Amino acid sequence: MGYRGDSKVFLDSADISIGDIVKIIKKDVSYEGMILDRAEDTDDKHVVLKLNNGYNIGLKIHDADITLLKKGEKPKIELKSLNIEKDTQKYDISIISTGGTVASIIDYKTGAVHPAFTADDLLRANPELLEHANIKGKAVLNILSENMKPEYWIKSASSIADEINDGAYGVVVAHGTDTMHYTSAALSFIIDTPLPIVLTGAQRSSDRPSSDAYLNLLNSVTAAKSNIAEVMVCMHGTENDSYSNLHRGTKVRKMHTSRRDTFRSINTSPIAKVHNGNIEILDKEIEYKKRTDDEVKLRDALEPNVAFIKSYPGISGELIDYHIDKGYKGIVLEGTGLGHCPEDIIPSIQRATDEKIPVIMASQCLYGKVNMHVYSTGRKLISAGVISAGDMLPETAFVKLIWTLGQTAKLDEVQNIMQTNIAGEIQNKLSLKYFLV
Amino acid sequence: MIYGDLMFDYEKLGLKMGLEIHQQLNTDEKLFCACDCNLTDKKPEFKILRNLRPTQSELGKIDRAAFEEARRKLNFIYEAYTHETCLVEADEEPPHPLNLEALKISLIMATLLNMHVVDEFHVMRKQVIDGSNTGGFQRTGLVATEGYLETDYGKVIIENLCLEEDAARRIGHEKGKVTFRLDRLGIPLVEITTDPSINHPEQVREVAYQIGQILRSTKVKRGLGTIRQDLNISISEGARVEIKGVQDLDLMPKMVENEVKRQINLLKIRDELINRDASVDDKLYDVAEVLSETGSKIITRAESVFAIKLNGFKGLIGMEIQPGRRFGTELAGYAKKMGVSGLFHTDELPAYGIVEHEVAALNEFLGAGEKDAFILVADNKEKVINALQEVQRRAKMAIDSVPEETRKVTPDGNTEYLRPLPTASRMYVETDIPVISILKEQLEEVSSNLPELPEEKKERIIKQYNLSDDLAKQLVRTDKVESFEYIKSKSAVDSTAVASALAYTLKELKRDGCAVNKLNNDVLLDTFYLLEEGKISKEAVPQILENVCKESNSPQKAAASLNLMMISEDDVERIIDELTSSNNEMITERGMGSIGPLMGMAMKKLKGKADGKLVNKLLKDKIQNIIR
Repeated sequence: MGYRGDSKVFLDSADISIGDIVKIIKKDVSYEGMILDRAEDTDDKHVVLKLNNGYNIGLKIHDADITLLKKGEKPKIELKSLNIEKDTQKYDISIISTGGTVASIIDYKTGAVHPAFTADDLLRANPELLEHANIKGKAVLNILSENMKPEYWIKSASSIADEINDGAYGVVVAHGTDTMHYTSAALSFIIDTPLPIVLTGAQRSSDRPSSDAYLNLLNSVTAAKSNIAEVMVCMHGTENDSYSNLHRGTKVRKMHTSRRDTFRSINTSPIAKVHNGNIEILDKEIEYKKRTDDEVKLRDALEPNVAFIKSYPGISGELIDYHIDKGYKGIVLEGTGLGHCPEDIIPSIQRATDEKIPVIMASQCLYGKVNMHVYSTGRKLISAGVISAGDMLPETAFVKLIWTLGQTAKLDEVQNIMQTNIAGEIQNKLSLKYFLV
Repeated sequence: MIYGDLMFDYEKLGLKMGLEIHQQLNTDEKLFCACDCNLTDKKPEFKILRNLRPTQSELGKIDRAAFEEARRKLNFIYEAYTHETCLVEADEEPPHPLNLEALKISLIMATLLNMHVVDEFHVMRKQVIDGSNTGGFQRTGLVATEGYLETDYGKVIIENLCLEEDAARRIGHEKGKVTFRLDRLGIPLVEITTDPSINHPEQVREVAYQIGQILRSTKVKRGLGTIRQDLNISISEGARVEIKGVQDLDLMPKMVENEVKRQINLLKIRDELINRDASVDDKLYDVAEVLSETGSKIITRAESVFAIKLNGFKGLIGMEIQPGRRFGTELAGYAKKMGVSGLFHTDELPAYGIVEHEVAALNEFLGAGEKDAFILVADNKEKVINALQEVQRRAKMAIDSVPEETRKVTPDGNTEYLRPLPTASRMYVETDIPVISILKEQLEEVSSNLPELPEEKKERIIKQYNLSDDLAKQLVRTDKVESFEYIKSKSAVDSTAVASALAYTLKELKRDGCAVNKLNNDVLLDTFYLLEEGKISKEAVPQILENVCKESNSPQKAAASLNLMMISEDDVERIIDELTSSNNEMITERGMGSIGPLMGMAMKKLKGKADGKLVNKLLKDKIQNIIR
């Protein structure tokens, strides 16, 4: 519980615990209600009382007396248990939960939104999903997505493979939005999938009526039934609750801190629009991998020791040297413009490549392609052995290097893999259309 | 107090009423974002489509009002703007920290109402999924409890004072779609609740008025829609009903009477139902076949038609419970909430194209006996089922008691069903806003800087400016004390002249359709300068102000164009010279006795553009000169 210090003593000495109905008496006013837990980041001078009218208030303890009116139980979230019968007319879709806002509820401990739902709970809160498929839920992780790590990508990938091997027709992965695009890129490289794997989440937590979780989940289930056998992100297409966009897992990025339509395809268009149970392919010229009967294959050797460094005016070569000294196995540089960094750090970059540490250049412009042939700095970087990420997003390049170094440590092979399209991450042609959409 | 025209002995019935007053604050910014607090009539620049689903509170219960709303599956359209609204109102960004100016104003109000302020302010989410809040909840927090107000009818306890955000503005609706504008969403609002100890409609009116006066001594919004009153009402055996949107305080007695009548009649119906051992058949009957040949257009046009059977209800559904409203109207109110346009019931049939033998066939099909009733609803299937289930639910409540409801007042003083009374379960904690400690020093500062209450203000200006009780009262009521004191601080004009212009002339001008908002303090001051400098007469003030409103002239120009500028002393003297020389005969004949008729002639000639005292003095001097 969040009570500590004085407020804990205050409650303990009256033998009062969370959920008890109490009366708190002050000099000329008194209050009746239920003792609630207190957020951990608050002081120890107050207790939280939920009054009968539903309001919470904080009361200072130093001038208060407390008496127990009725022992209570600590309030619990109650959800009706489900008795689901399998419908043979419907496809089996697995929902794998990793935590995050799409699967979260208010937590007494901190008073904040926390990932606490299992995939089953998620289904309980959204029973309509059962109209569209037989849903099997499984919680793989219970983390906020900012705490995601490469080892969890492997764990998630193997759970997804298990679901596919168990006969799932498609897989939905509930994921926090912060690093969803890193995970979608990682799963794109790790899993050679015969069927759709759809990552989804929510920008408004599922504990509020306006949550985008429901529409995103519903559309993800639709996408998981489609014949697009790729790793994708399915999130709101606009700020309306009308349709979701299906983004290729390697070409998508979170572009807004809070909007529902935060995820955008960069340097391409979304693969499809999902609306009312239908999939609408947005550009027939853009190819995608079709559903097959093949077995799922995993290539999950990873080298997580990769640094991701942003270039900025005044950056020092020490930053590169530090990573070399610390034994990092690869570096992704998020350069400026066409793929540049200050000339005075080039010697450090040269040192990295001399020591067989691959250095990949992506652009912090996000849109467009890296081209180091245009300016002299770029040409010097090429001479120093820097590998261009092409039109890959910096985050995708970072994830891909982790994955590539899992396969090989040889510099020329790394270069070859990094510059070969594996999962739709590289395209040679950029359309006029693909900017700020 | 006149209760003679009322039908009921309210005391005996155990009538209890409580008021809920909502007042918008006049802060610079909204409660949780940096938008300003003004409404706009501009064409919306964005339209956002949303749906809402009820969620569970931290105690694991779903609120009944929210649950019912969710069954309606509505689409909400939110009108938004580039500059007038931002991402916060659109629910596309978490709320900013609480507006402390709003908190301070609410602390002032709490202190003026003798309330106890909480030690720590927690923002809650009150689930409201009728679309009026983009998040599906209204943010609200309890500021203070247990205060009181002295009224002519005795002490009234003020239970709670909450600081909350105002809801989005409902613009309109069409089938399955409701449109709101985001301009009002987030304007700070204070909600003040009295305890339910008010026993007479007149007292409600008085309490509402007095609270309103106290609120107006602080920084609040003025004008239509900035203050809203709800009334909680119950009788001993009945139920608590919350009546929304009571704008007209004068309608209050009639509304109370009609609501009491409704509850009494519902109790009569309940007793009769129990007497008859009435029950509600849970089944929904598809009666399309029975009515396949019907001439009723409503039924033939509909996708499906279903019926339910109410055992022992016959004759009671048609019973009038309020002027012009039957028990059937109550049942229909619940059905309509599910999107159907109405229902047919036994007590009104045959009618509406449904004929006698069809009624008989329906009775037979449903196995309805002599005392049993049925209800028909025709529309698309999902709506029909939802609607009839709601009617069943309401009919069951009728056997039990009067249901707790939120109702809205109709223009004729009746009330109609809006939604079930919300329960405490609709409150859960707003995790995006940190709790705020209210410090003792802060409260002390508030207490030592309290604004003047209306009554105190009145007494003070009577003394300070030597005003009559009536003028002072009018200045306070019409909220013109500030203007009055501003003008008095800048000029030496007679207090009564200024006060009566502010209290009465402005009111009259407004009543005559003048845009009195053009008359700001400086315009008024310029007008009174003219008076002070003797350039106009007191009597010319209303005409000048009217001209300023209508022609947008400056007071100076208005006076000139209306030919109301006073004639200079020299000119007055010249006119009097002329007058006395042409009336020399009369003067020599009547001496000082000629002053009366001459005064009349002079004022007529001067058309009120000279001070009477001056004319009188000049005349006297002249006459004296002549007769000497």
